[in-house]
Amino acid sequence: MAIEKIVGVETEFGITSRNPQGFDPVGSSILLINAHEKVQAVKAIWDYAGENPLLDARGFEVSGERERPSQQDNRAINKVLLNGGRLYVDGAHPEYSSPECTNPRDLVRYEKAGERLLEASRTAANETVGPEHHMYLYKNNTDGKGNSYGSHENYLMARSVPFERIVDGLTPFLVTRQIFCGGGKVGAENQTEACPYQIAQRADFFETWIGLDTMAKRPLINTRDEPHADEEKYRRLHVIVGDSNMSELATYLKVGTTAIVLSLVEDGVIRKDMALEDPVRAIKEISHDITCRRKVRLKRGVELSAIEIQREYLECALEYYQTRETPPQTLDLLEKWGTVLDRLHEDPRSLNRELDWVIKLDLIQSYMQRKKIGFEDQRVSMLDLQYHDIRRDKGVYYALERQGLVERVVTDDEILAAMEMPPADTRAYFRGMCVRKYGEAVYGASWSSLLFDTGELVVKKLPMTEPTRGTLKLTQEILERSETVAELLENLAA
Amino acid sequence: MSEQEKKVRRGKEPPKGDDAPQAKATVVEKGKKLKEEMDTLMDEIDEILEENAEEFVRNYVQRGGE
Repeated sequence: MAIEKIVGVETEFGITSRNPQGFDPVGSSILLINAHEKVQAVKAIWDYAGENPLLDARGFEVSGERERPSQQDNRAINKVLLNGGRLYVDGAHPEYSSPECTNPRDLVRYEKAGERLLEASRTAANETVGPEHHMYLYKNNTDGKGNSYGSHENYLMARSVPFERIVDGLTPFLVTRQIFCGGGKVGAENQTEACPYQIAQRADFFETWIGLDTMAKRPLINTRDEPHADEEKYRRLHVIVGDSNMSELATYLKVGTTAIVLSLVEDGVIRKDMALEDPVRAIKEISHDITCRRKVRLKRGVELSAIEIQREYLECALEYYQTRETPPQTLDLLEKWGTVLDRLHEDPRSLNRELDWVIKLDLIQSYMQRKKIGFEDQRVSMLDLQYHDIRRDKGVYYALERQGLVERVVTDDEILAAMEMPPADTRAYFRGMCVRKYGEAVYGASWSSLLFDTGELVVKKLPMTEPTRGTLKLTQEILERSETVAELLENLAA
Repeated sequence: MSEQEKKVRRGKEPPKGDDAPQAKATVVEKGKKLKEEMDTLMDEIDEILEENAEEFVRNYVQRGGE
C-alpha cells in the first residue's frame, strides 16, 4: 500500500536591481533575507550535520565539496521560518523551501506564503538602499539568455520501491505534465530549435535522462538520495524538471497529480508500457508545440501526444481509486486533471484563466495585437518577465488576479496565515512552534533535527526522522506545559 | 472518436429554436464586456510595465542557479 505523500517545494527566485552596474546578487540576497523583522527574529542556525547531497539513489556516493559554512555565515544565509519552512541564499539566488505538507492544497498555501515573505523582505530591504539599488524578484526559471534556476519538488516515498521502477513509471509522466504546469516562455534557449513561444520555461535545459547534477548536464530524473528522514524507511524523490508557477491551480495540479502517479508507481499498478524512445528530445518537442497535438515516439514504436499519454495515467489512476478509499482532495484532483486534459484537447487557449503558459500567451497576444508588434519586440520580453514579478502591485500575474481573471485555489487569508503558522499535520508543526515559543534557546534546526541550547555545556540534538510525527495532535499538549527547552526535553523523555 | 470527444463536441453545438436570437444578444454583450475588460487590463499593463524594457531585459542575467 502506497504511503502518504508528504510534499515540499524549493523555489529559487531571480534577482536584479534597477541599476545592474556592480549589482551583487549574493550580497543582495543576504541583505534581502535578513531585512524582514519577522524573519530575522528567529536566530537558529541551519544544522547541516545530517545532509549529504552527494549520495546517489542508484547506490553510490560521488566526490565533491559539501556545504559547511561557518556559524556566522550560517546565520546570515539561513533563516528558519515560523511556518516551519526555510529561507536561504543558494548560490546567487534567494530561495524558499516550504514546510512539509500532507496535501497539494496546503502546499499551494505555503508556496504562496513564501512569495509573500519575500515580497515583505524586499520592501524592507529596499528601504535600506538607494533607489538605483532597489531589488526586483522574479518567480520564473530562466533569464532568457541560457541561465536557468530551479523549482524543485520533493515527495516522500517508501524506500522499498526500487529506484528503477520510479524512473520507468514516472519519466513519461514528467515529460508530458508540462502541458498543464508549464510556465510559458517567449523564444527558445540552449541551442534548441527556434520557436516564438513555448509551453515550459525549463524544457530547453534538460540534457540527460538520469543523473545527480542539478546545475550542469541537467537530468530529467534527479538521483539525489538525501531523505531528510529515516533512511531505512524512506526516500525523498527530488523532482527538478518542473517550472515555478504563478497560477495556484497549476501548482495544485502539478504537485497533486505527481503525488497520485507516485502512488501508482509505489503500488506497481502502471501496466501500460509508455517508455519514450528519447525522453530528453520529447520534453523539448512537447514544449515547443503550443497546439499540444504533436506526437512523440514511444519505444514500442507507436506515437502518442502528451495529452494521450496523460490520459493513460489518468485512466490508471481512476481505476486504482475505484477500489480504494479516496480522500475528497484526491477526487477533486482527478476531476480537474480530466477536465483540463479534455479542454487541452478541444482548445488549449480556453485555459486562459487556469494555466500559466496559456494565461501568459493570451495576454502577450492581446498586447501584440494592440501595439501591432511581434514576439521579437522587447516589450513582449518584458511582459514575459514581469508576469513572474512577485510584487502584487506591479507583477503582471497579480494585475490579472486583481481583476479576477485567474482561477484561485486558496484565499488571501489562508496565505497570510501560512506565513507564520506551520501546517498542523507534519513535523513542520513542532519545528515552527519551537522557534516561535523558545526563541534563541533553539540553537539550530534542519528538516530532520532540532538543536536546543539548555544553558548546559553542550547543545542537545533532537532527531526528527519521522516526517509524519511532531504534529499538533502529538505535540501541542507537551509544548503547552513546557515553559523552557530544558522542560521540553525532560517532558519528551518522560 | 472516443466518448469524451463526443461529449465535448455536443456541448459546443449552437443553441436551436426560439432561444437563438436571445443567445446571440448575450454573446454580443459578453464579447463587449470582454473587450472592455481587456482594454482596462492593457491600460494597466502599460502603466506597470518597467520603463526602458529593452535595457531592463538585456541586463537581466542570472548565474549560479540550483
